[in-house]
Amino acid sequence: MGEAKWIGIDAGSTTCKAVAVDAAGDLIASRIEPAHPVIEDQAARLVDELRAEAGAGGEVPVVATGYGRKLVRGATRNITEITCHARGVFRALKQPGMLVDIGGQDTKVIVIGPGGRAVDFMMNDKCAAGTGRFLEHSAARLSVAIEDLGPRALGAVGEESISSTCTVFAESEIISLVARGAKVDAILLGLHRSLISRVVAMIHSVGLRSPLMLSGGVARNLAARAMLEQATGQKLHLPEHPQLMGAYGAALVGLESGADR
Amino acid sequence: MNPKSYLAYTLGYQLFGKSFLSWQRHSDERKLRAIRPAPDDPLNPPLVGTARMKELMSRHYLEGRYANGVRKVAWVTSGAPIEVLRALDFFLIYPENHAALCGARRHAEGLAVEAENAGYSRDICSYARTDIGAALSGRTPMGKLPRPDLLVCCTNICQTVLYWYRVLAAHFGVPLYVVDTPFLYEKVADHQLDYVLEQIEGLIPVAEKVAGRRVSRGRLQEIMEQGKDCAELWLEIMDRAQHRPSPITAFDGFINMGPIVDLRGEPETFAFYKELLREIDRRIEQGVGAIRDERKRVLWDNLPVWYKIGKLSRHLGAKGVNVIVSTYTYAWGELAPMMDASDPMRSAARVYLHPILNRSTGDKLRSMREMVARFQLDGAILHSDRSCKPYSLGQIDQRDNLANDLGVPAVLLEADHNDPRVYSDEQADARLDAFVETMEAA
Ligand code: SF4
Repeated sequence: MGEAKWIGIDAGSTTCKAVAVDAAGDLIASRIEPAHPVIEDQAARLVDELRAEAGAGGEVPVVATGYGRKLVRGATRNITEITCHARGVFRALKQPGMLVDIGGQDTKVIVIGPGGRAVDFMMNDKCAAGTGRFLEHSAARLSVAIEDLGPRALGAVGEESISSTCTVFAESEIISLVARGAKVDAILLGLHRSLISRVVAMIHSVGLRSPLMLSGGVARNLAARAMLEQATGQKLHLPEHPQLMGAYGAALVGLESGADR
Repeated sequence: MNPKSYLAYTLGYQLFGKSFLSWQRHSDERKLRAIRPAPDDPLNPPLVGTARMKELMSRHYLEGRYANGVRKVAWVTSGAPIEVLRALDFFLIYPENHAALCGARRHAEGLAVEAENAGYSRDICSYARTDIGAALSGRTPMGKLPRPDLLVCCTNICQTVLYWYRVLAAHFGVPLYVVDTPFLYEKVADHQLDYVLEQIEGLIPVAEKVAGRRVSRGRLQEIMEQGKDCAELWLEIMDRAQHRPSPITAFDGFINMGPIVDLRGEPETFAFYKELLREIDRRIEQGVGAIRDERKRVLWDNLPVWYKIGKLSRHLGAKGVNVIVSTYTYAWGELAPMMDASDPMRSAARVYLHPILNRSTGDKLRSMREMVARFQLDGAILHSDRSCKPYSLGQIDQRDNLANDLGVPAVLLEADHNDPRVYSDEQADARLDAFVETMEAA
């Protein structure tokens, strides 16, 4: 493992991620934390931590991405998540294709071309439908921990259908289902179905291509993965660190830019 | 004519108003000429001709304040057959343009809320809500709008206008004349032309009755001729964007399109656009572009986001992106070849059947593809306008076609032309920035 050459920061809406890469572009250190309201401070601290852990003691330049990218002090460049995710996943999985990234506040479908460049993309519209927030919000309603969402949905006997993809409307559907005595696991399965149907619609609006790759926080959710595979008829390819791909890509973009600063 | 109104009209508008506005234009021109953009400003100095546009539009609305009792007033949709009305010397108010001005001046939201409080749904077009809010509250940044004596609504842009004008008719208690235009899925058929022609002919006796005079066919021809001249000139201006670097942006088009909508065919409109064209040609001679460093040339589809024009042009300009042409501004010139003064009524029927919003989505896609080639475009921004359903319908496929078939990066930008409550700077910037990065990587 070499010393850190570039750091990528992905200041997202729900989590803040930081990755350090060495001269060969390998991921050598990382951090992931819930997003802090004061992004500037959090990003600065994460950078310091990574420099201390993997740096040679000197300065390591930073590229920022994510919603808070313009607030990361001292970043040499800021680049959108579309470009960064494409670059990170391309390096991790070594193939062009279609990447679906289901994050906290937005879901992106990105066509990755040769060399890892983003050729085309689609982001969800201005609502939480089809994003991780949709599941998170509904899980809170049902008092289920986020990590349990997938396994419980997969283990459900029967499925309650949630017709709304709108987070707020889905919540009222959940309330009435619970009131009618529906099983929580069956509701969870319905919620996943609703989320995935929205994501699949986005995939088709760009035009499905294979291989299909998945990143973002929701990639850890087994039910979401299984349903996405079923709905698209494609096997999903996942990078080792699905949540870090934006930050990793940012660091790689820095590294590829050649200059150290 | 009411003598008191006439006196107020003569003093307030003819004597003092016009002279004040012309003085103001000179002062605006001086200010515009003196602008030296900061070294880091991505835009070159603005078009000085814009001062004349401001004068024309202000004068129009000022005349409106004094029009009741002096001239008959008609409120009309942007695609209404106004030749008959102009031939009868109606003073025309375009509620859509009024709403756009409210939007650009950041008054639209407050007025829309007035309409929403009166029970109009937020899903209704924000032009309609802005304008109905203005009618209900009597508030407008233009001072005061004249009461209509007649309403003329043509459905060649959307069906919203039909209900909107019915609301206005009930509110003002005045007659409403509707021109129904069948949607053109394919080439126009003779029976469709006859159907619209009959309705435009039918407007004549209605308008004559309100105006209290007869229309002259000679005057109709003259007006069609003037309308054609203006539309051709406007088209010529839009087409100047073919130069590299483009001397104009689509945003310049949005800002300066008021007269081609509200005052189309007026001799002063013609003179204004002639002068604007001269200024644009001077830029071309000097090799000056609208933005400092034009690296990418882009198409804008749909209405502008009126309250974000400045922000968007700077944001994109700073990345070397010049949005040079739009389907929306182009729509006001592209029908010029159909205008034929020798047969004004039948040619009006043809023209008013063919606005972009009355043609199929495939037809719009063809127009966009043609623009990509002719203007040598690197990308396209499709504003998915929450308010304007007919314009936004089909954009997902159109985007897909541009991106995948033509290989031209294209992005959907979700917004609303007049309602800032559905606009999010962060989300819009994220999409636009990613779009610029895909163009740069292409
Ligand atoms: S819906 Fe579209 S065409 Fe109709 S009035 Fe609104 S903006 Fe104009």
